[in-house]
Amino acid sequence: MTHLEKDLAGRLYRRMRLIRRFEETVVKLVDDNEIAGVCHEYVGQEAVATGVCAALRTDDIITSTHRGHGHIIAKGAQVRHMLAELLGRSTGCNKGRGGSMHIADVSLGIYGANGIVGAGAPIACGAAFRFKTAGKGTVAVPFFGDGAINQGVLHESLNLAAVWNLPVVFACENNLYAITTPIRDASKVQPHERAAAYGMPGVLVDGMDVEAVYQATAAAVDRARGGGGPTFLEFTTYRYCGHQTAERFMNAKYRTKAEIEEWRAKDAIDTWGLRMIDRGLWTSADRDAANLSVDEELEEAVAFARASPWPDPATALDYMYSKPYPGLPARGVE
Amino acid sequence: MRALRYLQAMNEAYHQEMARDSSTFIIGEDIRGAIRGETKGLFEAFGPDRVLDTPISEAAFSGFAIGAAMAGLRPIVQFQVPSLIYVAFDQLVNQAAKLPLMLGGQTKLPITYTVMVNGSRGGQAGQHSDSPYPYLLHAGFKLVAPSTPYEAKGLMLAAIREDDPVFFMASATLMAQRGEVPEEMYTLPLGVGDVKREGTDVTVVAVGNTVPEALAAAERLQDEGISVKVWDPRSLLPLDRDGLCEAVSSTGRLVIYDDTNRTCGFAAEISAIVAERVFGELKAPIKRVTRADVPMPFSVPLEKAVLPNPEQLVAAIRAVCNYERK
Repeated sequence: MTHLEKDLAGRLYRRMRLIRRFEETVVKLVDDNEIAGVCHEYVGQEAVATGVCAALRTDDIITSTHRGHGHIIAKGAQVRHMLAELLGRSTGCNKGRGGSMHIADVSLGIYGANGIVGAGAPIACGAAFRFKTAGKGTVAVPFFGDGAINQGVLHESLNLAAVWNLPVVFACENNLYAITTPIRDASKVQPHERAAAYGMPGVLVDGMDVEAVYQATAAAVDRARGGGGPTFLEFTTYRYCGHQTAERFMNAKYRTKAEIEEWRAKDAIDTWGLRMIDRGLWTSADRDAANLSVDEELEEAVAFARASPWPDPATALDYMYSKPYPGLPARGVE
Repeated sequence: MRALRYLQAMNEAYHQEMARDSSTFIIGEDIRGAIRGETKGLFEAFGPDRVLDTPISEAAFSGFAIGAAMAGLRPIVQFQVPSLIYVAFDQLVNQAAKLPLMLGGQTKLPITYTVMVNGSRGGQAGQHSDSPYPYLLHAGFKLVAPSTPYEAKGLMLAAIREDDPVFFMASATLMAQRGEVPEEMYTLPLGVGDVKREGTDVTVVAVGNTVPEALAAAERLQDEGISVKVWDPRSLLPLDRDGLCEAVSSTGRLVIYDDTNRTCGFAAEISAIVAERVFGELKAPIKRVTRADVPMPFSVPLEKAVLPNPEQLVAAIRAVCNYERK
């Protein structure tokens, strides 16, 4: 494999760092009750979203998961509009209608995070069908976790993509736990091994190595663009945080501190930043400058979100239908 | 005017709209084979890219339609029997019904779901006799239930052109019915009910397959000197509430004849609307004649005991007409 060129390498670093700092910002905002509900942090898995999306064009589409912030940022959404969404403001990506689990930016090919495990896969296949007949080489990438590999609709979708030779790259993030159930208790085989049953390649990739993620995805995307059909990519990765933001207060015992530390020692962002120095792609001062610019972007984004107006309660029923009718949707009181 | 069967009217609507609008495609099971007939000739006319037979994967093809719609197509999704929607409920209820609002209006989902053989047709037992539209209405789906071949064509064309998901319920007992259908394309508006028979003593609200039965009961009761108005909502969401209240107010009595479960069924919604809006016009309490709240038993005498039937309807009409305030 040839090494990544300097610009792309730097972009990958900055994007991963942006996701990390975004999530750290989110946790603080959840703790301070500025964000309602809970969020599912992506911390630890940044190399996967970043490497995959770097191999995509703007018109390629992704479907994301309940742990979706990383994918959405990686595909190019503006963090100021994402934070405004999380704060429930009218300037949010979804105008405050979606929140963490439903952030979308259809104009950037982000067909939405999704609160139901595996549910994005058939949606991605439907878009891929459109792309296949349109003939512009556009591809669809459904992200999902190891939890989704035991969800029926994912398997229906893998099968459809295979029999119809759809331009889909299935991106499975194996972070080893479905909520608190370890994958060893949920599957006899590794996720990528199941791809063979559908007649598509299944590839195992180090999800802590952004360069490996990028290169594996680029190969699968090329194949899909050229009419070669779908590929199943399994990225081994790890979430440093709990299943969701409230888990820190729950005395969870399904993972050991030693296991978490072992994965933290392989941190994708630190590793990539150092590798870039080793390769002479940048200096530690360049890295510090990138870190600073990320922090500044987030600071501005938080300020933007906080200063944004709340949605007008009179619009709570808006967007249910494209074509409205009298009395539709029905209000709670007439 | 020429007469077509209900299924042929659906088939003509599919053919004409797919020829008119190249963004449409149809997906489901036995679409190409077309054993029952409503999709006959589509594969020959429009080819493999627009007429898709799927593996038996109702959840996946329902979600597939969402993605295709988001990418710019106008899918027609066909369910072979109503209870198959339950297999796909996450993609329907959590995704299709919710995405437009959850995304803050970033996408339209112009999807038509055709549900074949709605209701009972004798001996189909617990999993092939459902009439599941209350679930769909509760989820917020636009939904039409045409009761004639003429309406089947006009409401199908309207459903496909609507920029939101719309369910089209094709009643099992109506599919062989013949009626006049114009050859040219026409649409019937959603949210506009239809007085199927004028009458002055009592209003019967009937839906889909219960409409012909209500009309027959009205004919019988005419000999007894009871004048029955029959009102068909045609479109259950949006619902023509003004038309409903007008039809009920004009007689002052209401019987709802609907083949869905009693608890939280469509008849319950009609009752509530009328009671809330035109209580003062009522001369008698509202009566509902509905399906019982059980899965359909197989044996035909048991099935008859569960379904709403014309004898119950006639008895209910007589009861509201003879009601005297104590």
